[in-house]
Amino acid sequence: MTALLAIEDLSLVFRTRHGTVRALEDVSLSVERGEIVGVVGESGSGKSVLAYAVMGLQDAAAQVQRGSIRFGGLDVLAASEQALAAVRGRELAMIFQSPRTALNPIRKVGCQIEDILRQHAALRRSDLRRHAINALARVRIPDPERRCEAYPFELSGGMCQRVMIAMALACSPFLLIADEPTTGLDVTTQAVIMDLIRDQSRSTRMSTLLITHDLGLAGEYCDRIAVMHAGHLVEVAATEELLSRPAHPYTQQLLAATPTPRSTVGGLVSIPGQLPDLRAELPACRFSARCRRHVPLCDERPLPWTALSPAHLVRCRVPL
Amino acid sequence: MSDATLPQTLTRNVAHAFGENRLTLAAVAILLLLALCALFGNVLAPYDPLTTDGAARLMPPNAAHLFGTDALGRDIFSRVIVAARLDLGMAISAVVLSFLGGLALGAAAGYFGGWCDRLIGRLVDTIMAFPLFVLAMGIVAALGNSVLNIIIATMIINLPFYCRFARGEVNVRREMGYVEAARMGGNRSLAVLVNHIIPNILPPMMVQASLNMGWAILNAAGLSFIGLGVRPPTPEWGIMVSEGASFIISGEWWSFVFPGAALVLAVFCFNLLGDGLRDLLDPRRRI
Amino acid sequence: MDRAVARASGALPGAAVTPLLEARALTKRYPIGGRHKGAMLYAVDAVDLAIAPGECVGLVGESGCGKSTLVRLLARLIDPSSGTILLDGKETTAVSQATFTTLPERARIQVVFQDPTESLNPSFRVFDAIADPLRRLLGLRDKGKLAMRVHHAADLVGLPRELIQRYPHQLSGGQRARVGIARAIAVEPSLLILDEPTSALDVSVQAVILRLLDDLRTRLGVSYLFVSHDLNVVRLLCSRIIVMYLGRVVEAAPTEVLFGAARHPYTRALIGAIPDPARRGEARPRLDGSPRSPIDPDPDTCRFYGRCPIATERCAAAMPELTLFGDAHVVACHFA
Repeated sequence: MTALLAIEDLSLVFRTRHGTVRALEDVSLSVERGEIVGVVGESGSGKSVLAYAVMGLQDAAAQVQRGSIRFGGLDVLAASEQALAAVRGRELAMIFQSPRTALNPIRKVGCQIEDILRQHAALRRSDLRRHAINALARVRIPDPERRCEAYPFELSGGMCQRVMIAMALACSPFLLIADEPTTGLDVTTQAVIMDLIRDQSRSTRMSTLLITHDLGLAGEYCDRIAVMHAGHLVEVAATEELLSRPAHPYTQQLLAATPTPRSTVGGLVSIPGQLPDLRAELPACRFSARCRRHVPLCDERPLPWTALSPAHLVRCRVPL
Repeated sequence: MSDATLPQTLTRNVAHAFGENRLTLAAVAILLLLALCALFGNVLAPYDPLTTDGAARLMPPNAAHLFGTDALGRDIFSRVIVAARLDLGMAISAVVLSFLGGLALGAAAGYFGGWCDRLIGRLVDTIMAFPLFVLAMGIVAALGNSVLNIIIATMIINLPFYCRFARGEVNVRREMGYVEAARMGGNRSLAVLVNHIIPNILPPMMVQASLNMGWAILNAAGLSFIGLGVRPPTPEWGIMVSEGASFIISGEWWSFVFPGAALVLAVFCFNLLGDGLRDLLDPRRRI
Repeated sequence: MDRAVARASGALPGAAVTPLLEARALTKRYPIGGRHKGAMLYAVDAVDLAIAPGECVGLVGESGCGKSTLVRLLARLIDPSSGTILLDGKETTAVSQATFTTLPERARIQVVFQDPTESLNPSFRVFDAIADPLRRLLGLRDKGKLAMRVHHAADLVGLPRELIQRYPHQLSGGQRARVGIARAIAVEPSLLILDEPTSALDVSVQAVILRLLDDLRTRLGVSYLFVSHDLNVVRLLCSRIIVMYLGRVVEAAPTEVLFGAARHPYTRALIGAIPDPARRGEARPRLDGSPRSPIDPDPDTCRFYGRCPIATERCAAAMPELTLFGDAHVVACHFA
């Protein structure tokens, strides 16, 4: 069965005054229907760049050097703006990091949902209101009729995020891209939001691409996790497999650095070095400067994918 | 995050700011030219700007008189050069005074808030209630025609601009972490404002000052144009344009074009400098 | 309030040690204008707590619980509406915060702020940022001595010497965090309040900074009040944790006791909401809804009423007080 989303060998650069930033290199990832895939990485890993590229919303300074992104039958990188606009909001939806700034501050929340419905759903004008209220109720916002009349600044951060999810889910998309949807929210609100996304995934077979820096969050909610480092996708595996048997040294160190209920301060591992400068000449494996297992073989291009099992891929010459 | 390996030096930054932007370099060149005229105008001028010569009235530009002569036979080139001192001097004085005044009042209003903010707000509102040029006219008319009064009038009408700007910038920074850290470090309110906040708002304010210079020059020239302020025969760009304007129909274009061009050049130069200054002064943009 | 409870809510089990910092019935109210003219917002409401010398206490709670306000009160950046704060037994609230800034006691409580980018003055070099409190609070003028102290602080936090002449924008996130810590410890405080010191940092940098903080505490003998929304992080460093909700302390206990046997329903919900890969796919009870309004709250209703899964009419009729349950474990709930 062909995947819903197929990213193949995507390489993307940003042309800036200070040089060319090699933001993504040879990234390949697929998302099947109904599955929640987490893209985990630290700041500068390229995960947000990837998310925007999938939506066709990349920055004007971005230039795709090679690779493709296929969503259903649509070639996202080659599609016209009209084709993309028709798909966005209807089959492909995105929720962003800071909910209050992602919503239009001068329009009522209900109107913003109605906008999406008007654009993408074939509804009579009289039905729009009702559907907007239903969309809010589906994300368990109490008193949805009243909330429809509210402006974003009157709502809390968690509430705004729910509104954004309601807008994203209004037309029952096939794929939801969630870019750090719970950063800045309380942990109790985070749990509710993530449960919502997961429940929607299960009930409508909606696929989700969850971008996050929180490995623990990805661990609880994702079926598969892809780990990114400095523009490279370094490992992809089923969640349990990744968390218990990580194959890439970076994944292992990331796990060791993430506090869990069982960690101790002395046991926390820090990853030596820093992210490489993406404008400079980079080695074949971008983690080599920080990796204890580095051998001369690691510098040979191209860096191949090793399949430890059909579902567990790692991009390393000396996997664990 | 790019990390420089050498500590910063002023010359490095100047070189970088100006090297990056050719326009800034051009603006600096023009500024130097104007400064030269302002400082050494009397020496550089080929003719005495005040000597009249009835026989040589309204001569078009030629080898002897580069910009031609005016209605009283005075050499326009000399007058334009010498006028630089007065125009620039008035504008700079006014801008410096209103900058300092606006900075002090606006920063106090923005930091302390309360009655201080309200009082200063009322003052600013009062000034801004008038069409500013008309207010300047009124002030000069009331106080008397003199260079000092032009400076005072220009200072007053520009004050709200700096005051509001400073107030806004201080307001934004008042709640920032480093301000609280400064208080934790034993700084009292005034020390926080002067040592910790104001250095951060100086770069944007300097940019505003440079842009404002253009207006200040036009203001001073404008007042002279309508007959307030500087009196003939003092060479000043505004008066010269005013005198030359009567010759638009009869075709002696050189009597108003050259002083007008000098004004344009000066305003243009300061507007360009604003950007260059920002690059130079903002620590974040330093390499 | 019961003396035993008062001690338990703050002090170490058993010994009656004079706490380093003690807050009694600390309250901060803000007048609200606009639609609710005359109403008061209770940011912090009758909070008692104590921190012993050398102790690391965690403070957790969600947005709007009042922990930022409490931090500012304890750090004496703002004045309380009522209540007292004692430092080594002496009342610091006897003077206004403006006066306190000029006293030598100012150096004894320092804060490491949340966002290292915002908490460093962009026009100050690292040296000046660390030297300023030394000049102001300790009156150090001699250039040699000043430089020595600044370098010492930088060494303690592992900041390389060549970075000292740089500006904040030339440093990485982790380096900025170190500068913030160096600035705070340079004046040798007795209490360091850390307000979410690692939440803006990547996980790998966070690990380094947490180890540094732990190491500093044992080396310098400083007490910590560690404020964070990340319970996993708080668990690493703190021996005791205080949980706040809507301006009040709802539970306080030694760390393992809190995580293993929390008694307040809010604490339980908080702990249950931490993402746990081991419990993937489980449908767990969630705390939904929003907190009640902190404006003019009913003094006879539990603040958690309306969101609490086990609330009854009794909760709306009487405010639960902090009661002692076992060793240094206090809970404010009728059904604990």
